[in-house]
Amino acid sequence: MNAEKQHKYYQSLLRNIVLSILITAITPTVVVSIFILDAFRVSYEGKVYDHLEVLTRKHKRSIDIFLDEKLMDIRLLAKTNRFEELSDATILNQKFNELQRAFDRSFVDLGVVDHEGRQIAYAGPFELSNVNYAGAEWFEQAINKTFFISDVFKGLRGAPHFIVSVRQERNGDPWILRATIDFGEFNNLVEFLRIGETGFAFILNAAGEFQTNPIADVNADELMVFFKELGLAKQSHLVTQKRTPHGSEVIYALAPLRGGDWIMVIQQDAADAFSDFKKTQRIVLIFIVLASLGIIIASLIVSKRLVNRISQADKEKEKAIENKEMLSQQVIETGKLASVGELAAGIAHEINNPVAIMIEEAGWIQDLLEDEEFGGSENLEEFTRALNQIQTQGRRCKEITHKLLSFARKTDSRIVEIPIAEMLNEIAYLSSQRAKYSNINIQTRFEEDLPPIPASETEMQQVMLNLVNNALDAMEKSGGNITLGAERNGDDILLTVVDDGPGIASANLARVFDPFYTTKPVGKGTGLGLSICYGIIKKIGGDIHVRSKKGEGATFEIRIPVPRASASSEAETDGEPAPQVSVDPGIQRDEA
Amino acid sequence: MNATKVLLVDDEKPFVETMMKRLKKRSIDVTPAYNGEEALVCLKEKSDLEVVILDIKMPVMDGMTALKEIKSKFPLVEVIMLTGHATVETGIEGMKRGAFDYLMKPCDMDQLIAKVNDAAKRKRDHEEKIMEARMQAITLRRP
Repeated sequence: MNAEKQHKYYQSLLRNIVLSILITAITPTVVVSIFILDAFRVSYEGKVYDHLEVLTRKHKRSIDIFLDEKLMDIRLLAKTNRFEELSDATILNQKFNELQRAFDRSFVDLGVVDHEGRQIAYAGPFELSNVNYAGAEWFEQAINKTFFISDVFKGLRGAPHFIVSVRQERNGDPWILRATIDFGEFNNLVEFLRIGETGFAFILNAAGEFQTNPIADVNADELMVFFKELGLAKQSHLVTQKRTPHGSEVIYALAPLRGGDWIMVIQQDAADAFSDFKKTQRIVLIFIVLASLGIIIASLIVSKRLVNRISQADKEKEKAIENKEMLSQQVIETGKLASVGELAAGIAHEINNPVAIMIEEAGWIQDLLEDEEFGGSENLEEFTRALNQIQTQGRRCKEITHKLLSFARKTDSRIVEIPIAEMLNEIAYLSSQRAKYSNINIQTRFEEDLPPIPASETEMQQVMLNLVNNALDAMEKSGGNITLGAERNGDDILLTVVDDGPGIASANLARVFDPFYTTKPVGKGTGLGLSICYGIIKKIGGDIHVRSKKGEGATFEIRIPVPRASASSEAETDGEPAPQVSVDPGIQRDEA
Repeated sequence: MNATKVLLVDDEKPFVETMMKRLKKRSIDVTPAYNGEEALVCLKEKSDLEVVILDIKMPVMDGMTALKEIKSKFPLVEVIMLTGHATVETGIEGMKRGAFDYLMKPCDMDQLIAKVNDAAKRKRDHEEKIMEARMQAITLRRP
């Protein structure tokens, strides 16, 4: 998977996780909130309506009581007094005064009207004696009803008032006792009713005329149409809601008065009635928004972390897989080496026997030649030389097989005193064959009297062979020189492997000792060689460094501390710089 | 002094034959055997064999097994192990199990002769001491 694809994958993963969290967390929050809010709205609305209804009923009752009371007073007056008595202005005045005293001026005036509409007697502040009401609308209705309450009208006195009358009969002719009720007092019953900030009450008659003074502008005609549609007449009360032309909702609580002649209206702006609810709604909405924001932020953070973790884990897994591949590669290499070693040991052993026989046979001929019979032979000297040669070459074979066998078997990590010169020569010798094919010359160059170094022979051999092999790999195509050096450096011994191959790019220089770092083609290197060298040298308290520039070869320096005691003792004397074998070509630097 | 009597055990016939000739020339009486089992048979038949030169890598019965058998059945017979370089440790192991010495193949003739003679001398010394002990025992029994 390339980086961009991976990035896209993690992005979509992030998106999916965030969406899942949002859907599972926010959806229920929103749904529950909406549900609760709606339930709250319904119950709140019910409460507001109920409240208005109760208010309406209460006021309807007090108005009814007010009107009934007035009616009863008049009735009582009419029943308990004869027409003749009441027709007397003095008596009527007396009665009127009694009423006023008892009812605090609710009654404005009092009059007795005969069947023709003439006001026979009058008690009150206005000059209305002998006024003829025949033709007045209220009179026509009042004369035909036992009890009558008129609409509010201005009438002859030019001020709003209404009339309460009781019909009686005398000698077959009806007459009525009528009283004018103070509009102000009646109006107060309604006008002072206030609900919230915008709620108020008023009364309309059947024609849609105001029976009280509304405190705000009300379009009575429009309302009447609306009320008729509602069929108010059939109900004792009604609470409803209507959108005004201005666009605001208004709640109307209605109750019919006087058997439907009047309608009491309490109206309130819905916004006002529901202001508490709206407030709650706002709080809930803010809460939902904040909660959602919280959930979104949390889900983003959590998802981001989760995805980061996942990508981290993926990377580690990939690395682990890579390492595993590397390791299995390494195991295979080791296995290969082991089987090659076994094979070499087997072959060496098998060759050993025939060589032994050859040497023995040569020895036998030598034995025979020593007998006197051959003493005088003139070719004796030549025979002896040839036999010696056979034995010398046989011994050489033996050395080769022994070296092979010893190399195959060495796995010893015991620290011993290693003679430096011998070791370097052996390494040069072992590598010389390969170097020859690549046209590479391997030299050794060391000081005299170097002390032996305390290390494992096998491991030191491994380190040096590794460095030489890397150099050989690098110079495979180009050929060149490899110099194995050793010198004193204070108390330390400095071993160097110098080549004049293609060098190491500076970018790779810092990483050559990292495990699994390799620039060799896939399958050619494990990237473990130099890190193993590093480990071995560090283990014996030494240090390994590399100096190189692209195109100018590479120098590996190994510094090994030598204890003073052995530093002054032994000395390997293989002489001065002893050029050893070789030549070999090779490019493709890859020290790791 | 009688010629040292040696049993040479090796599966390489040409090696054994040449070695026999060379040793005989140096006054050593050699009996050949080509594996461990044959060696045991020879030892049983010829009680005068003094030293066994024993190769380690052999078919039928290898050197180490043969050494064990020889040392348990003929404790006085001395054994020199003959090894390839690959089995130096085996040679040493052999010495721990009672071999007189070990030599690496191909070996130097003079070295071999010296070791064979040393081994034979030790065997004779052992026998002498045992003889003396027996004589003493007999003398003690007859006061």
